[in-house]
Amino acid sequence: MIRVEGLTKRYAQNLAVDRISFEVEKGRIVGFLGPNGAGKTTTMRMLTCYMPPSAGKASVAGFDCVSQPQEVKKRIGYLPETPPLYPDMTVDEYLLFVGALKGIPAGELARRVSDVEERCAVADVKAKLISKLSKGYRQRVGLAQAIIHNPDVLILDEPTSGLDPRQIMETRDLIKGLAGDHTIILSTHILQEVEAMCEQVIVIAKGQLRAIETLDSLIARGVGAVDVEIEPREGELNFPMVKKVLEQTPGVTTVTQTGEVRNNRVRFAVESSAGHDARGDIARAVVGANLNLNELRSGLEKIYLELTGTTPAAAVPAAAEETEA
Amino acid sequence: MRNIWTICKKEMKSYFSSPVGYLLLTMFALIIGFFFWNVVGYFAMMGQRQMQMGGNMNVNEFVVRPLIQNMSVVGLFLIPLITMRLFAEEKRQGTIELLLTSPISDIEMLVGKWLSAVFMYGAMVAFASISFFFLFAYGNPDLKPMLVGFLGLMLQAGALLSLGLFISTTTKNQIIAGSTTFGVSLLLWTFEWVAGYETAAWAKVMSYISVIPHFESFARGVIDTKDVIYFVSLTFLGLFLTARSLESLRWRS
Ligand SMILES: Nc1ncnc2c1ncn2[C@@H]1O[C@H](COP(=O)(O)OP(=O)(O)OP(=O)(O)O)[C@@H](O)[C@H]1O
Ligand SMILES: [Mg+2]
Repeated sequence: MIRVEGLTKRYAQNLAVDRISFEVEKGRIVGFLGPNGAGKTTTMRMLTCYMPPSAGKASVAGFDCVSQPQEVKKRIGYLPETPPLYPDMTVDEYLLFVGALKGIPAGELARRVSDVEERCAVADVKAKLISKLSKGYRQRVGLAQAIIHNPDVLILDEPTSGLDPRQIMETRDLIKGLAGDHTIILSTHILQEVEAMCEQVIVIAKGQLRAIETLDSLIARGVGAVDVEIEPREGELNFPMVKKVLEQTPGVTTVTQTGEVRNNRVRFAVESSAGHDARGDIARAVVGANLNLNELRSGLEKIYLELTGTTPAAAVPAAAEETEA
Repeated sequence: MRNIWTICKKEMKSYFSSPVGYLLLTMFALIIGFFFWNVVGYFAMMGQRQMQMGGNMNVNEFVVRPLIQNMSVVGLFLIPLITMRLFAEEKRQGTIELLLTSPISDIEMLVGKWLSAVFMYGAMVAFASISFFFLFAYGNPDLKPMLVGFLGLMLQAGALLSLGLFISTTTKNQIIAGSTTFGVSLLLWTFEWVAGYETAAWAKVMSYISVIPHFESFARGVIDTKDVIYFVSLTFLGLFLTARSLESLRWRS
């Protein structure tokens, strides 16, 4: 559905996107993950024909973004980083305008607008001026704008930024509900977001592709590093004892404390020998020592930091293959 | 075509969803109304004197013509207020990202915006011209030269509005867009002054570029093809520059 080959964008001296290549199949939800300034927005702007690439190619649904922009634009719904809203319009007026702009026939327009207002939960503010809406509602109107013409491809730049936790959950559900009919690329710098929504992850940093793999394989790579939070079942925390329990668990290689001891709780990053899933053993050992295991998660953060770090040391085989292809 | 209309409609609504549209309408009508009152007063006084001397005075020449000329000049000052918003505001709000990623062409977008500005100016002229009806009620002016005058006003506005539209694409600051357009309009107006003391080739060119001499014939009620061509080409120049500017906006942004 989306094909990107050697995509490059140069701003004067600054190389914002550096020879990125990837492919996204129809119906997938793909997370575009990277730290601030990684080049996520820039890549999305090239995919949506907002700006032409300095080099390389991008195509959507078989149409080239440079030579057939109108065809591409018809098939894309785009939510930019800041929702492109007109403050002096009401939600209804705005969506009617965008709908007409996207080429929805006049007869269908009113129905599509009320449809999409229902879906994005903005029907209750449809007569309000956009300038009077809260940030969360604005974001949802932005999302409504992106899906109003039922596009094949949705490109969402940080769709949940600035929302409260409940709205984040609702927005995630909404986006997940859109998958299947739509191919979705969403950018974020939050790992949990990718974990919660995406099937595939594209990691970029400093304009370079660092990894492209399925969420499952990313998680599988994360099991070697586990974050735990431990609390004694009763009495004071016996720090050396806890650490020893972890260190003596089979397969565990290093145990490092992360953060202060607070409220009688302590956190550790536990690494095990390569490819070994030590989670079960850790849990048994901790509980066996009469301790509470408050939390145990595979250390995706560590992988993320490794992937997006300054050195592309973790340049994974998957990424290498993809650039060759 | 539909896309042009979509954009045009949105812009016209936005003139009147803020005080700007009403302000422009009232200001123009007030100024022109004041001129009307003055010109008519002067005409009445002169008329009496003429009558005593047994002469006759023409309403078209002494009322309509100066009024239309004044409308042309006052228009120069108000045109920046009509165009300054058109692209600068889209850039500031980030809504340009919506427009440029929607399946409409740059040409449709800029023609839609330009048309909305022309309609806005047309509305201002129409509203301010209500006073002209008094002339028909109390005198008998010729309609045709008056209509030619209005045609001239619209042609002149079309040209200056297209330049203003272009200038609006170059910045995200409305004030900068507005004042630059004002400066350009003022220069185009005053260029012809050099013809008053200089007859060299450069002075001829400057006074040719100037808007004023081209408007003269319309104010007199005469359609001169040369002047029509001048305004139409200036319009196309402005729209062309706008199109190029949008294109380079994509490359630079
Ligand atoms: N219009 C521009 N002109 C010059 N440089 C730019 C422009 N836009 C972005 N850049 C640069 O390009 C690089 C990538 O920026 P981009 O906005 O794509 O990052 P991002 O991944 O979206 O970051 P964030 O998570 O902060 O949104 C940055 O170094 C940024 O400074
Ligand atoms: Mg960004």
